[in-house]
Amino acid sequence: MTASIIAFSRIMLSSAVLICSLLFCMPAWAVGEPLKKATLIPLWSPQAQFAGYYTALDKGIYRKHGIDLTIITGGPERNASSYLSSGKADFAVLWLTTAVKKRISGVKLVNLAQIVQHSSMMLISRKSDGIKTPQNLNNKKVSLWGGDFSIPPHAFFKKYGLKVREIQQSYSVNLFLRGGIQAASAMWYNEYHTIINSGLNPDELTTFHFKEHGLDLPEDGLYTLESTLKRDPAMAEAFRKASLEGWEYAFAHPDEALDIVIRHMQQARVPTSRMHQKWMLERMRDLIMPPSGQRLSGQLDKSSYESAGRILHQLGIIRSMPEFSAFTGRRHAGQ
Amino acid sequence: MLGSKSLSFRLILVTTLCTTLIFASILAYSYYRSRTVLLQELQDDARNLSMSLVNRLETKLVSVTGVTEGMARALETGSYNEQQMLALIKETVRSNPQIHGSAIAFEPYARKRSERLYAPYFYRSKDSIKFTRLDKSYQHVPYLYWDWYQIPRELGKTEWSEPYFDEGAGGTAMSTCSVPFYGNQAGNRQLKGIATADISLSSLTELVSSVKVLKSGYAALLSRNGILISHPLQNAAMNESFFSIAEARNDQAMRELGRRMIRGESGFIHHTSLKGFSSWMYYAPIPSTGWTLAVVFPENELLESVNRLSMQMAAMGIAGIMLLTAAVILIARSITTPLKNLARATAAISDGNFDVELPDPRYRDEVGTLTRSFMFMKGSLKEYIARLTETTAAKERFESELNIAHSIQMDFLPKIFPPFPEREEFDLFAVMEPAKEVGGDFYDFFMLDEDRLCFVIADVSGKGVPASLFMAMSMTLIRATAREAASPEEILFRVNKELARDNSSCMFVTTFCAILDTRSGAVCYANGGHNPPLHIRNDVSILRLPNLGGLMVGALEGSTYKLEHLVLEPGERLFLYTDGVTEAMNDQEQFFTMERLEQELSTLHGRDTREMVEEIKSSILAFTGDAPQSDDITMLMLQYRGKHE
Repeated sequence: MTASIIAFSRIMLSSAVLICSLLFCMPAWAVGEPLKKATLIPLWSPQAQFAGYYTALDKGIYRKHGIDLTIITGGPERNASSYLSSGKADFAVLWLTTAVKKRISGVKLVNLAQIVQHSSMMLISRKSDGIKTPQNLNNKKVSLWGGDFSIPPHAFFKKYGLKVREIQQSYSVNLFLRGGIQAASAMWYNEYHTIINSGLNPDELTTFHFKEHGLDLPEDGLYTLESTLKRDPAMAEAFRKASLEGWEYAFAHPDEALDIVIRHMQQARVPTSRMHQKWMLERMRDLIMPPSGQRLSGQLDKSSYESAGRILHQLGIIRSMPEFSAFTGRRHAGQ
Repeated sequence: MLGSKSLSFRLILVTTLCTTLIFASILAYSYYRSRTVLLQELQDDARNLSMSLVNRLETKLVSVTGVTEGMARALETGSYNEQQMLALIKETVRSNPQIHGSAIAFEPYARKRSERLYAPYFYRSKDSIKFTRLDKSYQHVPYLYWDWYQIPRELGKTEWSEPYFDEGAGGTAMSTCSVPFYGNQAGNRQLKGIATADISLSSLTELVSSVKVLKSGYAALLSRNGILISHPLQNAAMNESFFSIAEARNDQAMRELGRRMIRGESGFIHHTSLKGFSSWMYYAPIPSTGWTLAVVFPENELLESVNRLSMQMAAMGIAGIMLLTAAVILIARSITTPLKNLARATAAISDGNFDVELPDPRYRDEVGTLTRSFMFMKGSLKEYIARLTETTAAKERFESELNIAHSIQMDFLPKIFPPFPEREEFDLFAVMEPAKEVGGDFYDFFMLDEDRLCFVIADVSGKGVPASLFMAMSMTLIRATAREAASPEEILFRVNKELARDNSSCMFVTTFCAILDTRSGAVCYANGGHNPPLHIRNDVSILRLPNLGGLMVGALEGSTYKLEHLVLEPGERLFLYTDGVTEAMNDQEQFFTMERLEQELSTLHGRDTREMVEEIKSSILAFTGDAPQSDDITMLMLQYRGKHE
């Protein structure tokens, strides 16, 4: 009897606190105004690489910020940058290099937030194939992903003056596992773990993290079109904030975030392995969260931006970099 | 500690403990052996089961491989136009129910110069066979870069793909067998494309999951990457890999096991199954795909029969031990109850109660025998005690009578010394120390008239009462005869005559009889077989009186005795004694001897007569010490002092 009264009053109290906090925290326009509809397309099908957005969606963080967000299921059949440029999605998760190239090609997209500040891409070889240094890769079969995912390895080959036999890499590392190639492209948070969990031990592998070879290209960022930003800068800002909040929540509650991600994966009929997603979430945390407990800023670092520009320029992909302030949309956001 | 407990307690304890120990050892050994045998059998069974399953899977896979390779070889050797090729693929799918779909995918421009990619594909959909072109259905990533194409292409050999979930054409989980085929271009063998056949995994997983292993055991199928293709664990199949589960469990040994599996090894191991129960697992590779089949036997179900048997044996054993204990208790009681009764009875007997009833000896066993022995002993004891009481009474009476006889005997002997205080011509002292209560020696002296003293020493043959009676008779006869006879030899002659007549007991007495003339000191004497007395002269020399060869008195009727004479100078003495003196024995069985006697007498020369005799007696007693006195000791000493006017 007493216990149930206490429980009841506790529920009442917490509900009251929640309501009050919602009232006070919400921006003034949110109250009374209807939620704004928006869409986001991640770079790939659901996985912990995008845990922050799915968590923000499922935990009502976007709604809290006045956005009725729909996340379009990404994947090979849906190209995120095309969706963004064609207006099928309001927001997209893109690599910095992709975004820069798009901007140069005339698509006026802006960086709302840089989520992954560092490069997580790498090449993986077997020590048993005699590969220990970058030079050992010369004239070897190396599998590369298509499109912008080939930029970092190309920069790597250029840096070490390597000529490799490029093989197209698709969705699996099985060609590497079967010994068909001597090196495979991998994301640290994804394929590296897949290889480990296919029975190869870390000490049997030689890894070339591009980050450690002076090729630290920032990866996932949040982008929108300049027009979208101009039309409703407040919504873009709300989206940015909610996304960062989603990431912070996901890292603070990893099990809950994994549940959410796995649910979305199952909805998308993607094979799931909780341990793999756990690894991915942990690595995303290493890549995303600033060191020593600072808050997540999502700011694109100007020097990283410029060094990325130099790499792209050296590879002959671009002639000049877009202006930083235009690229980050500061001119518009500030208005 | 155990020693203080009762016999039955020890018997029960030891028997029960030993039996329990033996039984427990047997049970443990039997459990261990059965378990070993069972596991050995299990290993064989597991191998057989696994191998039969592997063979069934392999048969399916090999047939698909064969068909695909046949198609590739056909493409290499024959020349097919498009219609013929499509017919070949369709016929391949139609005639092989295990094949879900089949494709021939060409290298870029390998079929037509005008068309870069060309990959016709026939597949089953419901009951019909449908057609599509993979170069069209794979829109985003061309078929060239899919595992089923790329891996055999790069490796240049037949390959089975990792199981995958194909949305593009089949919509089912499948694995593809891919065979590269070649053509000749300017004399060079050149890759033209890849022939494929898909096998639906459901047909394989149904086979695997249909295997019943005991109640909750199962068979599982793992891919070359360790992906669980078929596994009863919820949501695990096609999602989890053996390694990701090992990672989740942080189980390095499991990871190592996974590595052994994907290397194509086989083995039989004890292992905690992915479903979490302790189990024995047999794993073996499926040769054509490099997959691994594992058969998991739950340990508790496996050992259920052994455990149940052991429990039954244990229950039977415990019941048996209880029965045995009860039997031991009964036997122990049957032994100890009569023993206790016997002990109680014998305790009463030891208190002197011979009338207590002994328990009835019911059996002819050891206890019965013991009881009967006790009964017999009780009877004997009772009888003995009665007889002893009687004997003791008789002995006591006899002893009192002997005491009386002794006092009577002692009364015979003159015991007042000096015997004739008014006579100064001589001094006389005598002692008789009997060996038993009544002795056979005696001495006597009496005045025959005013001037003549008769003195006698004698030793009756034998001892005790008969000797004593013979002595009394002899002594009385000597006294009576001495008054009438003229001389000692006549005294002995007459006494001998009286004693020898009607001497039915053949007793005799050695007798020395002498008469002293107190006026002159002249002594006449006769000796009837007695030790010659000693003549102690004033010059300390000791003379043994000559042996006259007279026979013992009473031995032979009509014996005669010689009369002899000597004169005692004033101060000289005669010492009469029996053989009890010279033959007194110490505990080393040495005699006192004549020499020692003479030595003593010489030493005592000049002393008072009484003193001398008593000193000799003391010497003899000192010599014999604690040795029992074997013969009467009798001494008589006479000193002639001379006639005082």
